[in-house]
Amino acid sequence: MNDHNAATLAAVRSSSDPERNAVTEVDVAPTGPDPHAVFQAVDLSVYYGSFCAVRGANLAIAQHEITAFIGPSGCGKTTMLRCFNRMNDFIETVRVEGSVLYHGVDLYDPAVNSTEVRRRIGMVFQKPNPFPKSIYDNVAYGPRLGGVKKKAELDEIVERALKGAALWDEVKSRLKASGLGLSGGQQQRLCIARAIAVDPEVILMDEPCSALDPIATARIEDLMQEIKTKYTIVIVTHNMQQAARVSDKTAFFTTEVNTESDRRTGCLVEFGPTSTIFSKPNDERTEQYVTGRFG
Amino acid sequence: MTLIFRIAALTSVVISALIVFTLVRGAIEFLRLVPLSGLIDDAKTPGWFPRRNRFDLPTVVLGTLIMSSIAMVVAVPLGLGTAIFLAEYASSRTRRIIKPIIEVLAGMPSVVVGYFALKFIAPELVANLFQPDKIQNMTAAGIGIGILIVPIMASISEDSLSAVPGALREASYGVGARKSATVIRVVLPAAVSGIVAAFIIAVSRAIGETMVATMAGGLDGSGARTSSPLDPGLSITAALTNAAGGSDQALVGAPVKVLFFLGLLLFVVTMGLNLIADKFVRRVRQKY
Repeated sequence: MNDHNAATLAAVRSSSDPERNAVTEVDVAPTGPDPHAVFQAVDLSVYYGSFCAVRGANLAIAQHEITAFIGPSGCGKTTMLRCFNRMNDFIETVRVEGSVLYHGVDLYDPAVNSTEVRRRIGMVFQKPNPFPKSIYDNVAYGPRLGGVKKKAELDEIVERALKGAALWDEVKSRLKASGLGLSGGQQQRLCIARAIAVDPEVILMDEPCSALDPIATARIEDLMQEIKTKYTIVIVTHNMQQAARVSDKTAFFTTEVNTESDRRTGCLVEFGPTSTIFSKPNDERTEQYVTGRFG
Repeated sequence: MTLIFRIAALTSVVISALIVFTLVRGAIEFLRLVPLSGLIDDAKTPGWFPRRNRFDLPTVVLGTLIMSSIAMVVAVPLGLGTAIFLAEYASSRTRRIIKPIIEVLAGMPSVVVGYFALKFIAPELVANLFQPDKIQNMTAAGIGIGILIVPIMASISEDSLSAVPGALREASYGVGARKSATVIRVVLPAAVSGIVAAFIIAVSRAIGETMVATMAGGLDGSGARTSSPLDPGLSITAALTNAAGGSDQALVGAPVKVLFFLGLLLFVVTMGLNLIADKFVRRVRQKY
């Protein structure tokens, strides 16, 4: 595993290195108390202009686990998730303080290539968002960007990704059909296939089932359990039962009202094993939320 | 109150119908005077000479096509480039500055651009770049028309680019695509029907543009058939304005009736193009 991590670090750090898999010496020592974590947020605060969306969050995300972020609307869980692959970069006014360490490398270090970060840390969005292209071209999009040109190689990647997303049997006879013609649940699995086609290490899921019916939701949840042996998953969800069902660890966020400005800032209340968060949480606010008395 | 509005609406419809009726009637009268075979001049140097009853359709059609093509060569890269910059790259602050400037260009009277083409583009730009035989030529007029239709190309293209959902851009960034790859591989293909519509509407404007073609085209209502962009040339619209103005008004018969024929031709072509463009615009709306 250490070799893999070393390769990850080196490739993420050097944007000029054309050989993605080149294993070079890691020139930064992992910092912080948990060197085995995939992600570690250290005093992470995110601002939109002068508005503070998340303040001072600290947590570590372990490999091959499913970590769920729960909490009421506006608590900053999606904002926090989007720091993990620098998706917040595209918002003009965003400012990040503190650090997000990915295998010990600060993702917000100026030397880090954000494009490479997003290739290694995939994302599945709230609303299924397949491209208006064929099923095949949707999945092949990422690999093609990465320079894969040979048809046989692409065919193999597409098949593997669609099988990985439990969609292959449903679409293998119509790979050339538009991805927009699939049902909502199928579209979301297509998006998962598109994400895993570039072989990321982590998959971030931003309320991936909120637009789906219960059956489609169950399929995605089953799929998450299947793929967690290969990927580390972080999921934001509004659905507490979903967090309880699928996740190994849970982070509970809530909003704090700033008495001076009357604006709400998100903060991380409690983070721990899912069973602890749901059965005997340490914080009263967590207990109120998971028992349905708040939010 | 309702009656007033109803009368207003009805009047517009009646006026449109009258225009079409007049055009068709005049065109039929023209074709009675000049048979269809007379629309291709068989003289040694064929051309459009209405006073001599020589109506060579290829002269004005070629003139129109050449000037419109040059206009599109100017307007497509400038307009589409502007649209991509505004929709994908510009900060909201930059957009606030640039958009009004483009709108000013859109509201510029074409006679101003015509004068600019005549007095600057022709002698300073085209003359130095291509060394044409005549200072005034279709290239200069075409560039002027191009400048005039950049705003329409830019604004319709920008609308269709902005209509592409942000979720598609995020999906692309999410698998490690750069901004440029996202624009080229996701946003442009998704907006293609709107861009095609922008192109068709711009072509229709270029064909119908009159002032610049008349002022800078280098001819005075008549001229020989040519296919060289560096020659002076006559567009359908320029032939129309010249026939409608000046001493030509004293004429009777075919040289006057030809106005209706050209008008109808122009009307049918631009309306056809606009109908096609409308289909494409609707396709964009349906998709999202």
